[in-house]
Amino acid sequence: MKQFISFLRKEFYHIFRDKRTMLILLAMPVILIVLFGYAITTEIKSVQVAVLDQSRDEATTRIIDRIGASEYFELYKVLDSYEEGEALFRQGKIRLLLVFPPRYASSSDAPVQLLADATDPNEATQITSYATAIISQWKMERQSEMNAVTAQSPGGNGQLSAGITPVVHLLYNPLMKGAYNFVPGVMGLILMLICALMTSVGIVKEKEIGTMEVLLVSPMKPIYIILAKAAPYLLLSLVNIITILALSYFLLDVPIAGSLTLLIAISILYALVALCLGLLISTIANTQQAAMLVSAVVLMLPVMLLSGMVFPIENMPVILQWLSNIVPAKWYIIAVKDVMIKGLSAGAIWKEVSVLAFMVVVLIVVSVKRFKIRLE
Amino acid sequence: MNVIETENLTKRFGNFTAVDHISFTVGEGEIFGFLGANGAGKTTAMRMLCGLSVPTSGEAHVAGFDVYRETESIKKHIGYMSQKFSLYGDLKVWENIRLFGGIYGLSGKQLAAKTDELLRVLSLESERNTLVDALPLGWKQKLAFSVAVLHEPRVVFLDEPTGGVDPVTRRQFWELIYQAAERGITVFVTTHYMDEAEYCNRVSIMVDGKIEALDSPQALKSTFQAKNMNEVFHALARKAKRGE
Amino acid sequence: MNKSNTINLSGIHKNYGKVNALQDISLDIKSGELFGLIGPDGAGKTTLFRILTTLLLPDSGKASVCGLDVVRDYREIRRRVGYMPGRFSLYQDLTVEENLTFFATVFNTTIEENYDLIRDIYIQIEPFKTRKAGKLSGGMKQKLALSCALIHRPEVLFLDEPTTGVDPVSRVEFWDMLDRLKQQGITILVSTPYMDEASRCDRIALMRTGKCLSVDTPAGIRSTFSRLLLAVRSASMYRLLEDLRAFPGTYSCYAFGDAHHLTLKEESDAGVSSVVSGLETYLQAKGYTDVSIESIKPTIEDCFMALQPEA
Repeated sequence: MKQFISFLRKEFYHIFRDKRTMLILLAMPVILIVLFGYAITTEIKSVQVAVLDQSRDEATTRIIDRIGASEYFELYKVLDSYEEGEALFRQGKIRLLLVFPPRYASSSDAPVQLLADATDPNEATQITSYATAIISQWKMERQSEMNAVTAQSPGGNGQLSAGITPVVHLLYNPLMKGAYNFVPGVMGLILMLICALMTSVGIVKEKEIGTMEVLLVSPMKPIYIILAKAAPYLLLSLVNIITILALSYFLLDVPIAGSLTLLIAISILYALVALCLGLLISTIANTQQAAMLVSAVVLMLPVMLLSGMVFPIENMPVILQWLSNIVPAKWYIIAVKDVMIKGLSAGAIWKEVSVLAFMVVVLIVVSVKRFKIRLE
Repeated sequence: MNVIETENLTKRFGNFTAVDHISFTVGEGEIFGFLGANGAGKTTAMRMLCGLSVPTSGEAHVAGFDVYRETESIKKHIGYMSQKFSLYGDLKVWENIRLFGGIYGLSGKQLAAKTDELLRVLSLESERNTLVDALPLGWKQKLAFSVAVLHEPRVVFLDEPTGGVDPVTRRQFWELIYQAAERGITVFVTTHYMDEAEYCNRVSIMVDGKIEALDSPQALKSTFQAKNMNEVFHALARKAKRGE
Repeated sequence: MNKSNTINLSGIHKNYGKVNALQDISLDIKSGELFGLIGPDGAGKTTLFRILTTLLLPDSGKASVCGLDVVRDYREIRRRVGYMPGRFSLYQDLTVEENLTFFATVFNTTIEENYDLIRDIYIQIEPFKTRKAGKLSGGMKQKLALSCALIHRPEVLFLDEPTTGVDPVSRVEFWDMLDRLKQQGITILVSTPYMDEASRCDRIALMRTGKCLSVDTPAGIRSTFSRLLLAVRSASMYRLLEDLRAFPGTYSCYAFGDAHHLTLKEESDAGVSSVVSGLETYLQAKGYTDVSIESIKPTIEDCFMALQPEA
């Protein structure tokens, strides 16, 4: 035990004395959260809109006001001609053009034309659906106003009240905030990065400078070496998880709906998977460079691409969907979303937890078996 | 004509004086042994002469160029080889020759002729396409030296070139040094083998950043009443105060 | 198994791919002996150390340390030996004291417990104990690495090229330290490429490209040198070397510090003196006036070169 503690102390010395690396490790979650939260947000905000209003009646004016008042849109210009709108699209000045037909208010189902810049198709879809939502909301309101009016005047006809408009409710994320998606993703990324990459690099470094030779030729049990290498990074990644949760709670207003303890518990389980992966890499790589490359290619890329963090898994080809099942981050992100956003309890995530636990067991067996007690 | 001239050359790191007012000259075609204990300041002095490190004070000229202002010209007129890095192990023998010849501006035709000659002198013709890593250390070092003087520099700096090399190859290495010196190339060499100090025309011994002795091996031995250079070195280096 | 032998090697082979790192090595190293593996780079010294310290498995052959098999009993061997690899394996970002404390606890001991063993060595670096190991000079790193390898009072000490790249003065100090450790009863196996260090060992093995050329005491090896060895000096040494090589009676001639070491083809005592007078005449005819020729005792380096086929 004394051996282990001494080894652990040495590991902390290594980490604390390499100030630059430590700073990067501690600052990384902050930077990632801020980047995802503000800079590379996928949410729609202040999209420039132009309007070609051929009817210029009360109804169109009210709609245009609404559009301009929403935080999603900003009214760029009211146009006089269609051509003018085309020019603005080409210059990249506007992303959406609303065209109201003549006599819009009087013809009850005259269509509004929505023209969007679809160079970014995802964004175009979002923009048009937001605009549609605003227009239909206004229609609904006018309908109920008119219903009220007709109800008050017994002579009026009740025809209009017969129309049924679907009401859309967005569950768990009513504001459609991107943060709800990327916070679990960033957690998955950071844990993988710190636990797997740093552990593998740490062990391989000892091989490189030759101290591993001396450690192997000592009564120190290999399992102690492994544990002592892993423990500081587990701790460090916990610090990072707490940073991320705090940042997202206070800065990005992402609520923690479920149990915090459960959330931390899943994170530790996932960190263990990552540590084992790092260990496995350290048994393959002989230089720090190789360890870093393998970690980046084998671990980082799948977390970014196949975990559902950036691209929805449902849209992937079947083979990638199948492949995504062996990416630990996928299961972790699902579990975190369930607990953090949906507020579900442990019973709801038993599947994800057992997949991760199974991965830990397999990886521990494989990497401890592979960990060499000799040099070749 | 002196190829290396230094006058009170000094290098300080903070309040630590690594090289302390050294003054000496090395003539054309001379084999100059630069000895000293670990940490005496040899490496620092050599770096300044190669134009890799700017002196704190003092004067130095290498091949007629100033070490403060004309480092680029110095680099064109010197060769350098060390025990640690000399050739690329993952390149073939001829690829290394072409690479370093190219760096020093040898043209294709010159290079082809030089390559053939070099391989013939070293009896390495059959190893032309061998990866350098696959050669024994002694061969590697002989090849590295030949590559370092391929462009006929005015002076070649050798930093412990024979460490770990077997005794026979070590002597062949020194024969290459003699041949280069006869062609007029000045050889500036550090070594931990004291028998090699005897092969030098003149030897300087650095202690704690200063040159404590500088003369021919013969004269040093008689000054210190020593049987060999090993005794001379011990007599001087024992006085060292600093452990770096 | 001979009880007085601490290390036994018999018929050890080791290949790395096509390279024969060790070929049929058999050695017995006695308890309390200071044994040297002498040879240049590529001789197989490091591979041999790694097999004895249980870090590598031999392809074939048997090896034991302290009566324990290097393959089967590796755990017990690791408890009982000290090992200092070729590159001084220290943590560069830990201080001198932290390195030593760390290796002490790894071996289940404390600095205090075995301080008397390392005092001689450690006292020289103790003034710098708060300095990071990466900032030490070569000689000091060497002393710290030795202290770390000794801290658990090993029965056998393996030192792989501890003096490579270290200046002659520090090298002599290092061998003095080894002498004192030997007096404490520790068996020491040490390797070096410096032939002049061979005389500091009780017995040596001369090694070259994976083969053991000769095993004996330094004096024993020097006595096997069969030819007459002459030291020849003159003012122009390089020309002399070429002329000596051109002399018909020359067997071999190498530069050796301030003299050239010459051996003759003629081996019989009677024939030698006439060849030597022939040599004097030959050199006079070449115009040398200041030549001195004396018969000398061979050094280990002479013996090593004589054992080695012409390269």
